[in-house]
Amino acid sequence: MPWDDVTFDLAFVHGAILLTGVVLYAVFGGADFGGGIWDLFASGPRKEDQRREIARAIGPIWEANHVWLIFVIVLTFTVFPPVFSTVSTALYIPLSIILVGITFRGGAFVFRAYASDLTAARTGWGRVFAVASTITPIVLGMCAGAVASGDIRLEGGSVTSSLITPWLSPFPIVIGLLALVTCAYLAAVYLCVETTGDLREDFRKRALISGAVFTFLSLIAFPLTRGEAPVIWDGMWDREIVTIVPIAILAAAGSGLCVLTRRFKLARMLAVAWVALILMGWALAQYPYLIVPDLTVDEAAASDAMLKAALWTYVIGAIFLAPALYLLFKIFKGHNPAATGDYGASTGELH
Amino acid sequence: MVTEQVWLVGQASCPGSLSHDASDGGTTLSDLAAARWQMGTSLGFHIIFAALGIGLPLMMVIAEGLYLRTGNSAWLALARRWSKAFAILFAVGAVSGTILSFELGLLWPDFMEYAGGIIGMPFSAEGFAFFIEAIFLGIYLYGWSHLTPVMHWLSGIPVAIAGALSGIFVVAANAWMNSPAGFDIVNGEVVNVDPIAAMFNDAWFQQALHMTLAAYTATAFGMAGIYAFGYLCGRRDRYHTSALKLLVRIGLALAVCQAISGDISARWVAENQPVKFAALEGHFETDTNVGLTIGGWPDPEARETKWGVQIPGMLSVLAGGDVNTEVKGLNAYPLNEQPDPRPVHLGFQVMVGLGVTMIFVSLWTVFTSWRGKRFAPTRWQLRALVALTPAGFIAIEAGWIVTEVGRQPWIIQDVMRTEDAVTEVPGQFAAFGGFTLLYAILAVALTWLLLRLAKTPPPIDQPPPYLAPESARRKESANAVG
Repeated sequence: MPWDDVTFDLAFVHGAILLTGVVLYAVFGGADFGGGIWDLFASGPRKEDQRREIARAIGPIWEANHVWLIFVIVLTFTVFPPVFSTVSTALYIPLSIILVGITFRGGAFVFRAYASDLTAARTGWGRVFAVASTITPIVLGMCAGAVASGDIRLEGGSVTSSLITPWLSPFPIVIGLLALVTCAYLAAVYLCVETTGDLREDFRKRALISGAVFTFLSLIAFPLTRGEAPVIWDGMWDREIVTIVPIAILAAAGSGLCVLTRRFKLARMLAVAWVALILMGWALAQYPYLIVPDLTVDEAAASDAMLKAALWTYVIGAIFLAPALYLLFKIFKGHNPAATGDYGASTGELH
Repeated sequence: MVTEQVWLVGQASCPGSLSHDASDGGTTLSDLAAARWQMGTSLGFHIIFAALGIGLPLMMVIAEGLYLRTGNSAWLALARRWSKAFAILFAVGAVSGTILSFELGLLWPDFMEYAGGIIGMPFSAEGFAFFIEAIFLGIYLYGWSHLTPVMHWLSGIPVAIAGALSGIFVVAANAWMNSPAGFDIVNGEVVNVDPIAAMFNDAWFQQALHMTLAAYTATAFGMAGIYAFGYLCGRRDRYHTSALKLLVRIGLALAVCQAISGDISARWVAENQPVKFAALEGHFETDTNVGLTIGGWPDPEARETKWGVQIPGMLSVLAGGDVNTEVKGLNAYPLNEQPDPRPVHLGFQVMVGLGVTMIFVSLWTVFTSWRGKRFAPTRWQLRALVALTPAGFIAIEAGWIVTEVGRQPWIIQDVMRTEDAVTEVPGQFAAFGGFTLLYAILAVALTWLLLRLAKTPPPIDQPPPYLAPESARRKESANAVG
């Protein structure tokens, strides 16, 4: 069996929760980045309408979606402290770039929303928002590629590898680009569900383009994995070739097909499944490593007392979080998607 | 092992300064200083938004609640205006908070590797509280036309509660650095971790109380100053009067509570962090019947605080209840185990001075209105309130310098030195410069936007933005049919 070497202990459970956090950040936060990407590539006669629509769609929810990243960070340093310190050191440079990107993305989004009556502020901050939304997911993907590649090395708890090459080489760059088009695809498909008429056709076209680019990039990434991320390559062949890989391909193809045939709700569902499966596949392929090849789940796990306390915190937290999230999406993403102020401004006081 | 290393490095480093043994692990003096400056700048920036994130939701909920009770449209206009300002402030707070959560690892990887597995629980709890705050804030800010008046008001309550809770959780983690608990060190290894004991360490309550009250006080005075300014410019309408009256009263109540909480905190520090206490009082020579030094400038070379005003015996009374209490001075401790008393003493003077001024001004304003039986602040009271607009935030920054710089050279009191926690990644000055520039850009954009908002007329004559009860019923029945 492909899972014979997996130990289902408390550390594994936390690994699974960490993965869940990453998946939720990808499908929620990733789509918000995707919105910014399509703001950058807005074109055609409805250019400004596309931008308004993107801002409207993400306005009420992007801050909540962003918290999934905080969740992942906090979980990592609480439950797997050495992973946090290692990643923070080895990926110091890309993480700093991500921080600048996240700051400008969020800041520029609100600055544009509340000064959108001034052309200069609107276009200036809009451009900052769009560029930051495009760069950040690439660098996030590069970090993921670096962790998977096995190029981050540790000796006696200290990082011995270069501060640059693990994330700035062909494999992580391709993974970064894959992250970019994934965000773009998610956003385009979500926007298809929420729009009608010509605008929907615009986003449908964008979904198809990003789907095609994704296919092309994954055809490059696949053979590259063999030499550049051998642990992932082996894990993929040993554990997943008859399970996750074919299901993920089916979900991806199905989602694309649904966009083509205009079944957008189904396309959205399959797109989420596909992203979740890719990330799950990545995690299981590199199991038992959290950072390939020097740090495993069990080596990195905090004390048992901490793992138990943290698990209780997550269970209690989830009891509050789940209904709150349901309410948020029910109100703003239900039958009648939310109307917001221009460019995603809040609705308490409209000009 | 860590503690032995800590001790050895501590012996090697120069006393009483930020210097660091450059031969240790390649980290240089400038990298440690730069990392500290970067962390300080980031925290100093974020703490303002964190305080507003605690204080503003409460004010919004109070104002909207008063509108629902009285029907006075000025309250609704205030709630709407505050919610708009908060929409901008919260976003900046969310991103600057994100920077901090990363910087814990980027700047202090060894601290996080050591502390994460002990003190992670309040951080995790804070994550959830922040989540709830962000979700309900989304509902509150964007849900005006989606919800009935009462439902909308109700959606603001979790924002206020979760905002306060997330502050309390983060402060609990900080309190652990002052009062480490919930673990043992056996042969250099951390064992017997008890995350609950770590979270509810000895310092958490007094620190959480002091910080939460500080957030509310700073928000109340910060907002009161804005409306006092409008009053001075002749805008003595219902909108400005309602806001000013409410904020000055709340401010007075909070500032008085804060004085009591400050006393509790000072006694705690006197007992548990005597070095910090000596530094914040600028007190060098151990003695009984020690006077309280007001103002002055500690001279670490001459080992005395110059130019201060002395109140005889007062420090002994404050620390232990009577003049015979012995108060240890900085000279009782090795030089490499004490902070630079200059910023700590100055920070403490600024914090207490501003706190007392806030009590005085708000008491004076409330008292004359009460005597005159109507709210009519004088020009001098208004000017004083305008001058106090940033006072609460300056006091927060000053108090934070007292507690953080006052703990130096330790990052975890008596367990880990700051210099041993710093990252080995070189070029920290460049990172510090880059992030400082980032904060400057944010600050300029934000200030411009808020000033622009302040200049637009208040939404006092706009119709209520709520979902009308009839259309709520219609929507419900439509949903039931659909």
